[in-house]
Amino acid sequence: MAGYITTNNLGASFGGVQAIENITVEIPANKVTAIIGPSGCGKSTFLRCLNRMHELVPGTKISGEVIWDGRNIYASEMDATEVRRGIGMVFQKPNPFPLMSIEDNVSAGLRLAAGRMSKARIAEIIEHSLKLAALWDEVKNKLGRPGGSLSGGQQQRLCIARALAVQPDVILMDEPCSALDPASTQKIEDTIDKLKKDYTIVIVTHNMQQAARVSDFTGFMLAREMSDPGRMIEYGPTNKIFTMPDRKETENYITGRFG
Amino acid sequence: MNEEQAINGRLQMQKEEDYEAAELAPPAARPSAPTHESMGEEATGKASRDRKLYSGSAARRRSRNIRSRLAYSLCALSTVIATVPLLLILFYVIYQGAGALNLSFLTDLPKPVGESGGGMGNAIVGSLILIGIAAVIGVPFGVLAGTQLAEYRSPRLSWVVRLLSDILSGVPSIIVGIFVYTLLVLTFKQFSAIAGGVALGILMLPTVARTTEEMMRMVPDSLREASLALGIPRWRTITSVVIKTAAGGIMTGVMLATARIAGETAPLLFTALNSRTWPTGLDKPIASLPVQIYTYAISPFDAWHKQAWAGSLVLVLIVLFLSIGSKLYFGRRMKRAT
Ligand SMILES: Nc1ncnc2c1ncn2[C@@H]1O[C@H](COP(=O)(O)OP(=O)(O)O)[C@@H](O)[C@H]1O
Ligand SMILES: [Mg+2]
Repeated sequence: MAGYITTNNLGASFGGVQAIENITVEIPANKVTAIIGPSGCGKSTFLRCLNRMHELVPGTKISGEVIWDGRNIYASEMDATEVRRGIGMVFQKPNPFPLMSIEDNVSAGLRLAAGRMSKARIAEIIEHSLKLAALWDEVKNKLGRPGGSLSGGQQQRLCIARALAVQPDVILMDEPCSALDPASTQKIEDTIDKLKKDYTIVIVTHNMQQAARVSDFTGFMLAREMSDPGRMIEYGPTNKIFTMPDRKETENYITGRFG
Repeated sequence: MNEEQAINGRLQMQKEEDYEAAELAPPAARPSAPTHESMGEEATGKASRDRKLYSGSAARRRSRNIRSRLAYSLCALSTVIATVPLLLILFYVIYQGAGALNLSFLTDLPKPVGESGGGMGNAIVGSLILIGIAAVIGVPFGVLAGTQLAEYRSPRLSWVVRLLSDILSGVPSIIVGIFVYTLLVLTFKQFSAIAGGVALGILMLPTVARTTEEMMRMVPDSLREASLALGIPRWRTITSVVIKTAAGGIMTGVMLATARIAGETAPLLFTALNSRTWPTGLDKPIASLPVQIYTYAISPFDAWHKQAWAGSLVLVLIVLFLSIGSKLYFGRRMKRAT
């Protein structure tokens, strides 16, 4: 099934300093997987390994494998742009293209990465994506306004629509609600719920209630000491992780006894 | 006011400024302040004031107010000092040049000595052509070099490019003129508009490259990541997201570089030379405003001096138009982008 990701002994280091190590998980297709853990334990690093976003940063080394639909995305014959088209990303801080209009923001991936497409088809995808991201009603009358003119919550939904427009299999979200108010958070959680029948979603969150609410599977990450690399301490169905975790560290973290 | 009074006045002002600088009100404004200043009294005064300063928030606010007002006045003063020469030059050029400036000055060819009238039409057109050639050469290469510096952070190549650009920006323009003279004029045995444009284009390069680099660095990495995460290739991210976002700032840099080379005279003397006719071809010598102004200004004829002033006025107006226009138009765009 499209959108199934497995990592094999995945590790990442920055300038010789190991940030995450030894991560082996299976992320099922068409489910929501949450990654939780104290800050600095490598959640973002792990997420960015899944679509080769680290390549921007010089001095980054990735070890191990990330298998996406049977292919290692780090294999030499894989093209990073193709990987990212199939595995999209929504970032912690909303980052719409500030000078582009709302509709151009949504269609940016189609216009700049995909092949030629008819105007009508693009308009159709724009509307569909904005509806999926629950933003259509708020912006349908001002599609020509710049993306930067929206509120923070709207900007983040615009970023979700933009990621959806290129029709990826997987969407990675790095604390997508951490900069947003509760109402916007609610809308994005509803969107995630709607999306999971067609997409595989991996969401990093520092909010355990959110992980419990939206996810089917949960991974708990931890760096034992400040200087230790982060590891996946426990990974399994959200129910199990939150009610009867196998590991003491997980239980401590979930019950708020540390972190 | 005699000189002594003037000096006293200045001293008084100086004193008041010192008080302000030390965050003290002048003695008269301070009820408890000592009227005669001795070291001891000054010290106790300061101590008690310090105590007040750190105990009462009102006092602290007042001192902050004074300090910020002082800083503001100093800034305002420096602005005035910096602006006065500019305005003086501008007014003097207008005062001297406006008399000889009329439509035929803008549209006519120069007349031989002794005949009245005539203009610098060919020099104005020539300058625009030279600026055009310079931009065609300077802008693409400058933007490419700036892009290299900002986006492809390969240390060795960047080091070379930056060094070259630094050296180039320090090279006197006359040397660039001699370089192009050797390279093009001697080779083709012909002074030409092309040679002049190349010299000016080389002079534009460092400014354009540096502005491009700075403006592209101002584009936050989050936008590059947003673009890459959509599967947009690296080069497309640079051209369609980074350069587009920085375009306003880059254009401002280009305009300023253009304004700077518009007045260059020295490099044109060896390359474009001068001409008394309308431009006939890019491979022929061509007139330009700065060279024409120079020629007329050092001539012994009064009528030509007047024309030199009028030419200066036209040149100043072109430069002002370029720099103010670009600031107004692109400044607003840039603000929206960041
Ligand atoms: N680009 C980078 N360069 C150097 N170190 C990094 C970089 N990104 C992350 N790290 C390091 O990796 C570790 C994990 O960071 P991160 O993945 O951001 O944690 P989290 O998202 O869980 O808060 C931290 O120690 C951080 O300093
Ligand atoms: Mg993070």
